[in-house]
Amino acid sequence: MDFTPDEWQAIWLTLRVAVVAVLGSLPFAVAVAWVLSYTRFPGKIVVEALLSMPLVLPPVVTGYALLILLGRHGVIGHFLDRDLGIVLAFRWTGAAVAAAVMGFPFMVRGIRLSFDSIDRDLEGAAASLGAPGWLVFLTVTLPLSFPGLLSGAVLAFGRSLGEFGATITFVSSIPGETRTISSAIYALLQTPDADSMVLRLCAVSVVLSFWSLLISELLIRAGQRRLLR
Amino acid sequence: MSGIEFQARLRLGDFQLDADFTGAERVTALFGPSGAGKSTVLRLIAGLLRPDEGRIVLAGRTVFDSAAGIDLPARKRRVGLVFQDGLLFPHMSVRQNLLYGPWARRVPRPVSFDRTVEILDIGKLFDRAPRHLSGGERQRVAIGRALLSDPAVLLMDEPVAAIDLERRAEILPYLASLTAEFPVPLLYVSHAMEEIERLAQKVVRIRDGRVEE
Repeated sequence: MDFTPDEWQAIWLTLRVAVVAVLGSLPFAVAVAWVLSYTRFPGKIVVEALLSMPLVLPPVVTGYALLILLGRHGVIGHFLDRDLGIVLAFRWTGAAVAAAVMGFPFMVRGIRLSFDSIDRDLEGAAASLGAPGWLVFLTVTLPLSFPGLLSGAVLAFGRSLGEFGATITFVSSIPGETRTISSAIYALLQTPDADSMVLRLCAVSVVLSFWSLLISELLIRAGQRRLLR
Repeated sequence: MSGIEFQARLRLGDFQLDADFTGAERVTALFGPSGAGKSTVLRLIAGLLRPDEGRIVLAGRTVFDSAAGIDLPARKRRVGLVFQDGLLFPHMSVRQNLLYGPWARRVPRPVSFDRTVEILDIGKLFDRAPRHLSGGERQRVAIGRALLSDPAVLLMDEPVAAIDLERRAEILPYLASLTAEFPVPLLYVSHAMEEIERLAQKVVRIRDGRVEE
């Protein structure tokens, strides 16, 4: 299929946003999942509910919240701009932040479930053999939760590919900067006689989503086979 | 000098442990029905559980003393643990499992390595993954892994319970030659008396979280 430069731009941007969103939020997701799986504290259930909010809130509300917090004149964005020169609103980096926020619950859930399923005695055995906590985490916990980590990351990646509501609210749909496949499709739907272009981008969406799921399934299976006891 | 001095109290939900015993110099058997608290005692000794109060001394070294505020973390207790199902690291080869202890503590491969491997007869298994081992092989590797971490005491939690009856006879002789060769106090948990009588110099009976005299 031959794509126009505009289409390539949207495809490339979508992938870049999704990859940056996933890689950028992965360490935070691992940290949060670890706290939820390994520690007990009062109010934990509230934290868990808050973390899942992006799953159930209308995405446009999440996008608006991002605008209020991270916009140029936002509560945090104001300082980011003035003191660090970082602007997120209406930039592709902002699209990555929106995608990361929307995908975060998926990632945390996947990683947390695999942390929960690790036999604590296995970690106890590693500690008894003389390994400090961080080494137990790196050599036992993390490798054993790899399939869950991967599936969480891929779900978040898929969520990022399709993210629309929060993105368009927070960073709008600027060609070449924040116009991802989803917002490009939406823009084309408002344009007369663009049906064939809409279909082409939809096809790209389907192919991207399908391959990311397929690859993750294969990786997870390979991982589980390796970890079977 | 005895290998293990144990005195601890712990409340875990409905279960209450209040046990006090001193191990033999070499092999001590902890004997009792399931649910009596045997595994809990091992976890307390290993530092995987913390007593509400008590005092635990391993080979002359105090690893826990609530009155004195001593509570060494598991990694500093020098306890060799062998659980019922081996608990080998499933993502590592047999060799990596065996050398995990020395590697984690950044000490050279122990001089006893070859001899340990020989006694346990696990040399042929080095490159295998734990899932490709039989139950008996898995337990022998687990015992080797525990020994190679240079433990001050060995704790075994029903190490042959997961192995079929006719195969158990394969592993008991290994245990006997190990206890003869390595002068490490061994606390051996079981609910089957005939295993214990062959090895132990002292039997501690435990029931409902209490030591029976």
